[in-house]
Amino acid sequence: MANNIKLECRGITKTFGSVVANKDCDLDVREGEILAILGENGSGKTTLMNMVAGIYFPDAGQILIDGKEVSIASPKDAFKYKIGMIHQHFKLVNVFSAVENIALGTDENKRYKLSAVTKKVIEITQRYGFMIDPDKKVHDMSVSEKQTVEIIKVLYRGADILILDEPTAVLTPQETEKLFAVLRRMREDGKSIIIITHKMHEVLSISDRVAVLRKGEHVATVNTAETNEAELTEMMMGEKVDLNINRSEPQNTADRLIVKGVTSVNDEGRKVLDDITFTAKAGEILGIAGIAGSGQRELLESIAGLHKLSAGEITYVDPKTGNDENLRNKTPIQIRDLGVRLSFVPEDRLGMGLVGNMDIIDNMMLRSYKKGFAFVQRKGPKDLAERIIRDLHVATPSATTPVRQLSGGNVQKVLVGREIAAAPSVLMAAYPVRGLDVNASYTIYNLLNEQKERGVAVIFVGEDLDVLMDLCDRILVINSGKVTGIVDGRTAKKDELGMLMVKSTSIAENKTEGEN
Amino acid sequence: MIAFIVSAIRLGMTLLFGATGETITEKSGHLNLGIPGVMCVGASCGCFAEYLYLTAAGENVSGVLAVLIPVIATLLGGALMGLLFSFLTVTLRANQNVTGLAITTLGVGISDYIIDKTGLIYISGATYFKASLPFASKLGSFGEIFLSHGVLVYAAIIVAVLTSFIFNRTRVGLHLRAVGENPATADAAGINVSRYRYLATCIGCGIASLGGLSFVMDYLNGNWEYIIDDIGWLAIALVIFTVWKPNLAIFGSLIFGALYIASSYIPGISFAGKELFKLLPYGVTIIVLIFTSVRSRKKNQPPESLGLNYFREER
Repeated sequence: MANNIKLECRGITKTFGSVVANKDCDLDVREGEILAILGENGSGKTTLMNMVAGIYFPDAGQILIDGKEVSIASPKDAFKYKIGMIHQHFKLVNVFSAVENIALGTDENKRYKLSAVTKKVIEITQRYGFMIDPDKKVHDMSVSEKQTVEIIKVLYRGADILILDEPTAVLTPQETEKLFAVLRRMREDGKSIIIITHKMHEVLSISDRVAVLRKGEHVATVNTAETNEAELTEMMMGEKVDLNINRSEPQNTADRLIVKGVTSVNDEGRKVLDDITFTAKAGEILGIAGIAGSGQRELLESIAGLHKLSAGEITYVDPKTGNDENLRNKTPIQIRDLGVRLSFVPEDRLGMGLVGNMDIIDNMMLRSYKKGFAFVQRKGPKDLAERIIRDLHVATPSATTPVRQLSGGNVQKVLVGREIAAAPSVLMAAYPVRGLDVNASYTIYNLLNEQKERGVAVIFVGEDLDVLMDLCDRILVINSGKVTGIVDGRTAKKDELGMLMVKSTSIAENKTEGEN
Repeated sequence: MIAFIVSAIRLGMTLLFGATGETITEKSGHLNLGIPGVMCVGASCGCFAEYLYLTAAGENVSGVLAVLIPVIATLLGGALMGLLFSFLTVTLRANQNVTGLAITTLGVGISDYIIDKTGLIYISGATYFKASLPFASKLGSFGEIFLSHGVLVYAAIIVAVLTSFIFNRTRVGLHLRAVGENPATADAAGINVSRYRYLATCIGCGIASLGGLSFVMDYLNGNWEYIIDDIGWLAIALVIFTVWKPNLAIFGSLIFGALYIASSYIPGISFAGKELFKLLPYGVTIIVLIFTSVRSRKKNQPPESLGLNYFREER
């Protein structure tokens, strides 16, 4: 491991308004190694890497490549120094094909010829073992395919330093394994790889060294082989934390939500939900597992009254009266007027859940504005906002900071906190910890557990199978809109869940063939 | 009937300039609602330049220069307005819709001022613009429909075809489309988003204002009328009608041109009926808009970032 240092950051500082993202940060990566960057939300991991990739420019500090100081003022400069970044939110043009996206911004001096690009793309895919259809349009691709295009894009530009920002957040365990195989092949090829991730077991399995950031500062860089999960977590938090999910036995369970034969057809005539039947019980957590886009969103939206069904029944058993209420094809407001309380953490947190330009208090108010007459009260929402900031440790200068100035994880905390504060009887949470760090994730898990103990029927859509198995009482697996199994969370096996996630149904088969 | 077709073509091609220019602008992600004002300014600059040249040249007028000078003046006038729009939206990050409407108001005002101050309600240079091939008149109705027009009418088609080619077959076109679809992606790919937006807007505005000049010279025979901004709005509608494709706009512009003037060729129509008829292109546009959004075909949608300003360090 005595390889040359490829990239070095010295004393990097960056502030956004009054928010300090990075403070005097040091970091180095060697040739032919995989470096993992760990840190809480808002600890400045992505910001630091964005400065290396030329998206932001540091306020102070130096970046050195091969021992020489460089100035990276734009992504173009980054290419010049052979740095390529794969962002958490893919930077692809949806209406372009894979090749068009890859050709974007390259070879200014050569004649514009897509066939030449295609040829080179195929070479790269064969070298590292990717599978991709070069002429497929991005909007027809799965998340994993889009990510592949992103990686090929930076390789096409000849990148020697690859930065991946939470690359596994949206992948299935099988897809993650494939990605890691590719990364290892690149390491053998002498490339330097920086991977930002929250998943501790991935850090331990893929990286050679781990750099830990806390509150924008570099804490330490350690060899992966000489450390363990507890030590890394402690460095990250600056204190010892308890990383156990306290799953209690379900008590006084009663049927709360009965979903029967729910079917929904989308605009293109494809069944996004196909004959889904299950029961969610009060006092238990029902997990929903599946590859991204298997119908999780549509299912939750159907229950919340946001999605139209073509067949099936959704029955809600009112805990107060014991009456059955039919939720099918009711508007969200009708559902609330019936006394049915559903809280919903949408997948797209800024898109559907919060208004970015409004501050935290105003966003709290979005849920309570119907109360009272004409004038809104700021007092109640203000108290709630301050309580959430305190209880969930939201890193924000104040309750009146616009939500979009917060980092992704903090935005998520605000959203989840608000939904739980609505004291629901059925709580549906889709990816509530997506993009959250370990500490914040466990805060959320404990909040969900608390709700369960209070007799709430919790439905949790998650992507981390380990968490699903630790948190949920039962796990429902869906695949291409169909239920492929309901298993007990306490006895479930990971590979069993993985199998169910990709099992049967013609669409799923085509998909796996395309990827192999 | 032939007179109707000839008029429809002449009006259509002025619209085609406007639509092609606006499409170039919109492909970069700039929703420029200032096009009506831009066309007014361009046309008045062109007319003023023509007036200056004809006065200076006296007896020795060169036909080529009499066309070229106003065309250049128009391009410059339009590009200048595009520069103003880009400066406000790219550099100062002003809202595009508001800026566009302000540019329209400003542009109409500027052109009214120029025309009123100089009294140029008739420009004698129209004959140079309308000079057509000498044998056109000998070929009967075919010659009249296809060959009797001035140089700008053909230029409109050439520009539209060329633009379509650039969009789909060149690297510049690929980059431009990427900037309008997803500027963050284009930026990350090392494309200078600001430069593309500035240039596309200035070039687009220049081309669009040729529509204003063509309207005065080819369609109105050199008579200034204070309705050029109407043509601008029609051009914006045409962009939507032809789903951001300049090659489709060639045919779309003929339909719009025909619909807009059809009422004049219907005997015994009332004034109200005439005005209602002029609404037809907008009605058709709304129907197309509904049709494309309901079908939500990915390839017939406006550029994804249309109307959105881009700032790299925004979070």
